[in-house]
This record gives sequence, structure tokens and C-alpha cells, in this order.
Amino acid sequence: MIKTDASARPVVEMTGITVEIDGTTVLHDVGLRLFAGEIHALMGGNGAGKSSLVKALTGAYRIDAGEVRIAGEPVSLAGPAEAEGAGVAAAFQDVDLCGNLSIAENVMIGHEERRWYGISWGATRRRAEAVLDELGLGDLDPRLAVHELPPAMQQLVAIARAMVTHPKVLVLDEPTSSLDADEVATLFRALRRLREHGVAILFVSHFLEQVYAISDRITVLRDGRGQGEYPTRELDRVVLISKMIGKDLAELRRIGSERRAHRADPTGAPVYRAVGVGRRGEFEATDFELHRGEVVGLGGLRGSGRSEFGQLLAGVARRDSGTIEIDGRTVALPNPAAALRHRIAFASEDRRDGGIIEELSVRDNIVLALQAMRGWARPISRAERDGLVDRFMESLAIVAPGPEAPARRLSGGNQQKVLLARWLATRPHVLVLDEPTRGVDIGAKVEIQARIAKMARDGVAVVFISSELDEVVRLSDRIAILKDRRKIGEVSNGPGLSVDTIIEMIAADDDDDA
Amino acid sequence: MTAVQTPSVDAPVDGPGGSKLGSTIKRVIASNPSVLPTVAAIVIFIGMVIYGEVAYGRIVQYNTLSNLLINNAHLIILAAGMTFVILTGGIDLSVGSVIAFSSVAGVMLANAGWNPWVVIVLMILIGTVFGLASGILIQYFNVQPFIATLAMMFLGRGLASLLSTQPERLADDSQLLWLGEQFKLIDGEKVNDVVITPGVIIAFVVVLVAFFVLHRTRTGRTVYAIGGSESSSALMGLAVPRTKILVYVISGTLSGIAAVVYTSRLGIAQNITGIGWELDAIAATVIGGTLLTGGYGYVLGSVVGALVLGLMNVLITRDGGIPPEMTTIITGGILLVFVLLQRAVTSKRQT
Repeated sequence: MIKTDASARPVVEMTGITVEIDGTTVLHDVGLRLFAGEIHALMGGNGAGKSSLVKALTGAYRIDAGEVRIAGEPVSLAGPAEAEGAGVAAAFQDVDLCGNLSIAENVMIGHEERRWYGISWGATRRRAEAVLDELGLGDLDPRLAVHELPPAMQQLVAIARAMVTHPKVLVLDEPTSSLDADEVATLFRALRRLREHGVAILFVSHFLEQVYAISDRITVLRDGRGQGEYPTRELDRVVLISKMIGKDLAELRRIGSERRAHRADPTGAPVYRAVGVGRRGEFEATDFELHRGEVVGLGGLRGSGRSEFGQLLAGVARRDSGTIEIDGRTVALPNPAAALRHRIAFASEDRRDGGIIEELSVRDNIVLALQAMRGWARPISRAERDGLVDRFMESLAIVAPGPEAPARRLSGGNQQKVLLARWLATRPHVLVLDEPTRGVDIGAKVEIQARIAKMARDGVAVVFISSELDEVVRLSDRIAILKDRRKIGEVSNGPGLSVDTIIEMIAADDDDDA
Repeated sequence: MTAVQTPSVDAPVDGPGGSKLGSTIKRVIASNPSVLPTVAAIVIFIGMVIYGEVAYGRIVQYNTLSNLLINNAHLIILAAGMTFVILTGGIDLSVGSVIAFSSVAGVMLANAGWNPWVVIVLMILIGTVFGLASGILIQYFNVQPFIATLAMMFLGRGLASLLSTQPERLADDSQLLWLGEQFKLIDGEKVNDVVITPGVIIAFVVVLVAFFVLHRTRTGRTVYAIGGSESSSALMGLAVPRTKILVYVISGTLSGIAAVVYTSRLGIAQNITGIGWELDAIAATVIGGTLLTGGYGYVLGSVVGALVLGLMNVLITRDGGIPPEMTTIITGGILLVFVLLQRAVTSKRQT
């Protein structure tokens, strides 16, 4: 797989890179080497400096010390356009496209085919089609507006855009975080083809298995410092994780075993009961129960209606059938505020759109829901607020410059923890968590999972939604299995249950239909 | 345009020419719903023409339509500039006062015996400088477009009042007046002629160039991209700061050109000229289908929007029973109806 030998000169050689942002050093003396025709994974926890290193390479961050050489020549990268000129193209984590423009135009903007009469849209579209075809997207109509595409396709279009300039180096920051397995396979096929053409690819991802499937070498970062460069085949997974988080996997295993030890079959009356709750076109009418101190996972594939069902349960989406009972009393739950008054909280999947308010401080983000629940006429006292915020920042290990810092300056995992703190601050009796660990590194995942387990011990009934089935199996006492926007069954967790069991149940349901 | 009105949507593709055009339009709309508001504006403009012809008569004839263009040439130019700004998600409130300052200064200089060509260039440059100032404030001092151009609006109005507070009349033999002179293209019965002024030709050229820039140059596409997502545009390596300044420079420069066209037609300039024209330009742009949040719209739509406003004034005058004070109320009402209509049409299409 690795065509480069050690004597070959790297396409990109970054040495001694140091970057300061607002007086905080985010990268200390970091090095990175990329060779032509390799896929190089950049691994590290949240806040380890992966994104900062990527931004330094793509010219978005100014480098305070250190040197970048491309094909042996020292270069100064003052902005995305300069980086592109030097042969470095990038597709970023939060899909960066213009939704109002067509696919062809997003791919080609800044590189349109020009004639004497200006841009030739025919020629431009043909070139866009050729690039899309290379990535296996030949059947996409390039005239469609990008905002009509699902996020996964947008991600692929962003990569197509990066490929237009035929870069020597392609940087992909979390390209797979919104893709499902098929789409990942499509992407990987495209990446392997690019590798054969001699492109050096920097692949930044949280997904361990994907990194092992695609990469040739791995560079590990932790706390803004390099932790070494390794051939993927020679680096054991456990070693890699311990290098990333500075701890070992024991913690993760402990959560799983504790949950199992704690697990008890529900007894007594349910704290929450949904009878025939559904919404036409979104989710079939379903019964659902929750007991105190229980974690119920929603297991299902993408598109099975996990989020939709969670929103219906929490009263965030309006149901058009069914009733919800809390402690045996029927409640209306017409809107999220009413749900909050009944101590039902919903933490949204999309931390940008439905959750974190980037301009507000960490402190304000945390107390937001609590304040909304109490009503604006009864403000939270400063002492109470500060105590609350300090407690959550400490107990969830939120890494932030301070409670005053705007939330946008936090890394993804820390934003997710702030969101969790917001809902915990309302002391909910029922908490629906939609993908609380999406896009966060393994270290933060461990902390968030541990926190969820603790909440359950304290008596909160948790609905846990995750696209990672192993997480669902690890945490849940009971798993409701969803498929095609309906619940196909429930299983109690136990030693015999594994991810495979759930997948088999989903597959078996298929056979029944046939 | 007839095809837009014809409801024969089921016509086979290989039918006669008319339905082929119909199906082409249908395809364009289906693949690009953002043209719908503009199409709606065209349909409503045609509706107003038909209504005017039926109710008052003498609308669909050479001299009425010629005068519509002559009297609104300056508004068309302003709306074209405003389209650039609004497409990026910005706003330019200074255009009306820029016209006041530019035209008062221009008339005074011309009367002082300056060469008319130099005067014209200076009048246009005044607009350019105002636009550049707004653009720099917005891009480098991070001032909201609303505030930056509001400041420029007060500045322009103040400077115009400093120069003179009474109507400044161009000398009758001033060569500037040539731009407003009417040329007969088709000599109809009595006064029913097709007439045109150099001002109208300037407006035509401005619209054509604006269309070319927006649809056939990278700069134009960057304008749309910024309206879609400014941060994405920057990450894509597009020249965001330069383009953002440029749209205000374009709007300012076109205000200068509009000042030339307007002053040459009237022969009078005053410090209170152009009060509220920035809002007319914004209204024309919005009626023409440009989204105030940026990213969607067409300069040709803004031209239609300007003509809708102009035609409305004609209809009110023809009616005779409507007091002129009602004009602004009716403008507001039409604007509201347009926006609601556009919303209804677009949301219906999208579901």
C-alpha cells in the first residue's frame, strides 16, 4: 500500500509549528509529514489541536513559529487562496458550501470555465460532472441546488470541490462524521483512486475503524503536542487510544460492567408512559414506557426515525396521535416549554442548529434552559448561577478558557458537554439525549457516557439515541429497536446481547416483510 | 411572456413553438425555484398593464410606455446597484442622499462653467467615493451595513445642504441637458411616438453590464456565494473582502450615474432631491424577487420591480380620484402583497 520509501522527499513537511490563538498556545512545536500517494490519518482527542493543525496547513491560521515546506520549498500560507495555489486543498468538517448555488457551481466556483463572453456554464458544468464522476457521483444532477441535498451528499460535493484544482495535498477534516456506511465506502473508493494518482491525503477522523481501514500512516496529537508518527499496520488500537487520551480503555470497560451490574428489571409504575404516540409520515403510533433510573436506548439505522421518535416523546415535535402520562397523569405537552415544566428535557442532535448558541458565553449556555423553565420574571441569582456553572464545568470536565468565553471557542466535544450541562441543570426526570456523543473523541465519549450512567443512578429516566450501536448496547438497560419509522420490538440488555443481536433483529424483520 | 400566462401546462413537448417555450420555462422553474418570485413580478406587471388599459385606456401605447422608461431610468439604475448589495445580504441606505449631493454639486459646477464631461465624471466619482467609504466601514471596521450606509446617508444629505438649500437650475444651454433630450424613434399618430433619451440608453447599458457581471463573471458569482454563506465563501478561497467592498462601490457609482441621468432630465437639483429613493430602490429590488437575506435574485427582476413602481404612479395619476398623498400607502401595500404572494408561490412549489 505504501508506495513511498523513507528516502523519498515528503510533499508537505511541517516542522516546529506553534500557533497561538488569543494568547492560548493551541499547537506547541508540532511536526507533520505527508508523502505523495499516501493516506495519512491525524488522530487526537477534542482540543488536541487537529483542527488547528489543519487550519495552519490550509492558511486559515497564522503560524507563529515553525516552517511549512511544500515539495521542499518553504512557503508562507496567508489564506485559503494561497494554500490552494501551493497545491493544498481542503474540505472542512462543517460542510462549507453555499446552499443557494447549484452543485456544479459549488464545485467550480472560483474555477469556472471562462470564454470571451465570460463564464461558459456548459463547459463549467461538464468539468464539474467529470470531477463528480471521478468520486462516483456521476448520477447526480449538477444543476440541483446544494441545500436540497442530504448532508452526506453535501460532504461529497465539498470533496469534489477540493479536487477541482488537482491538488498535491488533500485535507479532509472529519469527512465521514455525517455519512452512513455506504457513503463511507463510496468516499473511500474515491480516496483510494486519488492515492493511486499520487495525491497526499490528510484524513482527520474520530472513527478508529475507518482510520485503520483507509490510512497508511498515523500522526497522533494530544494537548497541542505531537505524540509521534506511526505506520498504521504497526500501531495497535489500544496503544493508539492510550496515546490519544493518555489513559487506557479500562475506564470504558468499567462503565459497561457497572451498567450491567446496576441493571435491574424495571419495577413499579413507570414515570413516563406514551400510549399510541406518533405522527403521520414521521413515526408510526407507538407505546413506550420509562422507569426511574432507567436508560432506554433507541437502536436503529440511520433513517429509522430515531430522532423523530425522541422528539415526539419529549414533546419537541407535535404528535398527532396518542397520549403521554407522567407519574400516571395525562399531560398535554404542546411545546418544549411545557415539556420542560414537566421535567422532560430534549438535547438535540445538531449542536450547532438546535443547541449551542455560539455567541453566548459558556455560562449563559448552561443556565439557558433552567432560566427558560423558571420564566424570565424570576431570574436566577448570581450566586446560584455561578455555583451551578462551576459545578457542571468541573464535574463534566468542560475545557474552556473560562465561563465567560463564548461557546464558539470551545471544541466540539466540549460544546456537547455544555449542552448536556444545560439540560442537567434543569434536573429533569426524563431526559432524551439525541446523539450526545456525535463527533466527539473517545476521551469525551467516555466522560459523557459515565455521566449518563451516573444520572441514571440518581434516578433520571434517560432515552439514549446514538448511531453507534455499541454505545447503545453498553449504556442501555433496555433497547427499543426501530426500523423504517416504527418500533419493531424491545429487548432487555444482558450478557447475551450484542450489536450483532440488534442488527440481526433488524435484518430478521426484513425477512418477515418479504 | 405569453407562455407564462398560458395555463396550457399539459402541452406535449413536440407541440407547436409556443408550448415548447412553455415547457422550457416550466423546466427552468422546476430546476430553479428561485426564479419564481421574479416570474411572479413579471406576471403582475403584465396584469397591471392590462388592468390599466381596461380601466383607464391609453396604457399600451408608444408614448405611455416610452415615458415610463424615461421617467424611471434613474430608479432602474439605482435598483440595479441595490441588487448587488442586497444579493450579498447587505443594504445601502445612502443612495438617495448621494444623488442629492452629486446633482447639486454637478449643477453648481456646470453653471460655474466647468466642462460638462468633467462634471459628469465628477458626479459619478462622488457616488463611487461614498460607496467606497461605506464598503470600507463595513468590511474593515465591521460596521453593520445598515448603520454604515445610514451614516453616509446623513453625510450626503448634509453636504448637499451645505452647498445650497434652494433649487439649483441648470443653464438652459447647458450641454448636460442633452442627456435628457428626447429622440423620436418611431413617429406615431399625433404624440403617440416611441421616444428615447440618452438616459434610458444609459439605464439599458447599466442593466446589461450588471447582468453580465452577475451571471458571467467570477466576481458576480462571488456576490451570490457571499449571500449564500459568507464564511463558506471565504473558506472556498473566494475574494470576499474585495467583493463586499465592490458591491458598495458599484451601488455608489450607479447612484452617481443615476444622479447624472435624473439631473439632465429635470435640469434642477436640490438638497432635498431623492429623499426616500433608497427605499424605492429597495422596494423595486424586493418586488423583483431578490431575497433581503441575500443569495437569491436577478437584476432583471429589479428592473421589473422599478417598472411596477413607475406604472403604479402612472395609474394613480390616470385615476385622478386618488390623492397623491396615497401613493406611499399604495406602494407599501403593493410591496406587502408582493412579498406575501411570493412567499405563497414559493412555499407551494417547494412542498
